[in-house]
Amino acid sequence: MQDLLRRYGKTLTGFFVLLVAFWLLALIILPNFAMFEQSFRPYLPVTEIGGPKDFYSFANYAKFLETPFDTTFFGLPVTLPIHVLVFIDTVFYSALVTVITLILAYPLAYFLAKVASPTSLPTLLLLLFIPLWVSEALRAFAWYVILTFNGPLNQLLLAIGAIDQAVRWQQGVLTDYDAIVIVLIYCYVLFMLLPLYSAIQSLDTNQIEAAEDLGSPWWRTHLRVVIPHSKPGIASGCVMVFMLSAGSLLVPTVVGSTRANWFPQTIYTKFNDSLDWQLGAAYSMIFLLLCIFFVILMMRLFRVKLSDIAK
Amino acid sequence: MTRQRAFLGHLYMVLFMVYLLLPLLVMAGAAFNDSKLPTIVPWRGFTLHWFGDLFADQRMWHAALNSILVALAVVVLAVPIGTAAAILINSVSGRARATLYGFMIAPVLAPGLVIGISTVLFWNSLGHVTGATDFFFFNPGLHLSTLGQVSYIAAYVMLLVLARLQSFDQGLEEAALDLGASHGQVLRRILLPHLYPAIGAGAAIAFFQSIENFNVTLFTRGGQDTLTVYVFSQVRSGITPTINALALMLMLFTVVCAVIYETRRRRRAAIEAAREAEARRAEAAML
Repeated sequence: MQDLLRRYGKTLTGFFVLLVAFWLLALIILPNFAMFEQSFRPYLPVTEIGGPKDFYSFANYAKFLETPFDTTFFGLPVTLPIHVLVFIDTVFYSALVTVITLILAYPLAYFLAKVASPTSLPTLLLLLFIPLWVSEALRAFAWYVILTFNGPLNQLLLAIGAIDQAVRWQQGVLTDYDAIVIVLIYCYVLFMLLPLYSAIQSLDTNQIEAAEDLGSPWWRTHLRVVIPHSKPGIASGCVMVFMLSAGSLLVPTVVGSTRANWFPQTIYTKFNDSLDWQLGAAYSMIFLLLCIFFVILMMRLFRVKLSDIAK
Repeated sequence: MTRQRAFLGHLYMVLFMVYLLLPLLVMAGAAFNDSKLPTIVPWRGFTLHWFGDLFADQRMWHAALNSILVALAVVVLAVPIGTAAAILINSVSGRARATLYGFMIAPVLAPGLVIGISTVLFWNSLGHVTGATDFFFFNPGLHLSTLGQVSYIAAYVMLLVLARLQSFDQGLEEAALDLGASHGQVLRRILLPHLYPAIGAGAAIAFFQSIENFNVTLFTRGGQDTLTVYVFSQVRSGITPTINALALMLMLFTVVCAVIYETRRRRRAAIEAAREAEARRAEAAML
């Protein structure tokens, strides 16, 4: 701080501090505090705000546990509150998306970082980047076009005889969430690839060669040398993909079936359609807690720091 | 064995590229199909009239203009904030640095809908506290979308500038001060020129991140449209291939930008390599 004053003087340093204070307070800390505070208040018409009915309670959080719904969980019949069920589904399928993207992206990240020739690498990365620059709305829409009942995927599969009649992909084949999972993987696989690529790239190739010279089979080289080195990349990619998937509102709305509910859709309905901002705040607090829990879990699991994850 | 694996690697990469790019091509192809639904099968003949429909759609133009205005506002706010934050965090150390860093990075990891909802609630509460509930600034609208987006986009700028600051020699600033430069001159003539590449990259990323943004905007927009929200509402309410036409235009714009960037980067790399070779020759000649 002294250093800043000496180099840039009072006025400029004051200006820097002011900008940062505005960012941290008005855009980050106070809004989250407001959300926390509002989540304990009831939803009231404007005239009654501040009146006798306006007191703090856990009523909004209690609604999360209301409305029981009968369902089966891996064949076992259970009764769960409907919103809890949606929440569990969202977490489960987001975790599934995260694992699949990791499996898909790892070989390519390794190939790009260690096998591909350095001369063709910029072109390859450029090609990979194109979908990333195309807006998420359009990437989801592209799959809407592909998955529609009379769409190219059904036509292709019918033509080669893989299926006898057209499949309603958006209604789900294995589960209600098929289409959502397929499209989430497509939309976010690059967010797994890029951190993995930069983590693997920073590994000294000599280490891989040393392992091979000492007679290690390829899978052991990966298990003992490459993967431990790329932990920060794996953690970072997992956090990004899980957060983006669980928080996605576009993909479930564009390609989801009527039977598939995604937690952000629930929040959006409460917030936008029923205009119950307080309940929306409570649900998004629950959602935020999930995200914090996931980040901490990843940091513990891979023994990395926060600064390794957010790069 | 190694060659076999390299072949498998290449094959996998090609398949991956097809997987990434084919859906986009299918979507673009549907823009030319003379069918009321956005699809490439059955092919009902080549047409350009979806582009005509798109250009005639006033709502689309309005949404596109809004997107650009918001993106420019985000750049104007996020770049100074991010740069100031990087300079500030670079001069503190220890506990304070870790805490500051944690707060600055948190919005990058926070889901967009949480940012959106918290922004709306905060400014709305401010309206209730001050009693000016009708004042436009305290109600949802694109200005709140801008602020919500800045809260996490400023962190990207901060990270880029902070990385660039690592290669900055503070001795230069000392020298300028010793030679009688004012504080303003030190910032304008010494530090900022060194940071310009990072600031430029930060501005570009801020602009595109803002154009792309959907979640924060959806919760804060207060009935206004941006391009992504427009696409979303069109997809929701029965679609015609005009959206495909729009997608194709946006993709072409992206590809053109990417190719220009890449060719410029390559030319610069080539010049750099030529200079280095020349220096090496000169050195060899001197010996």
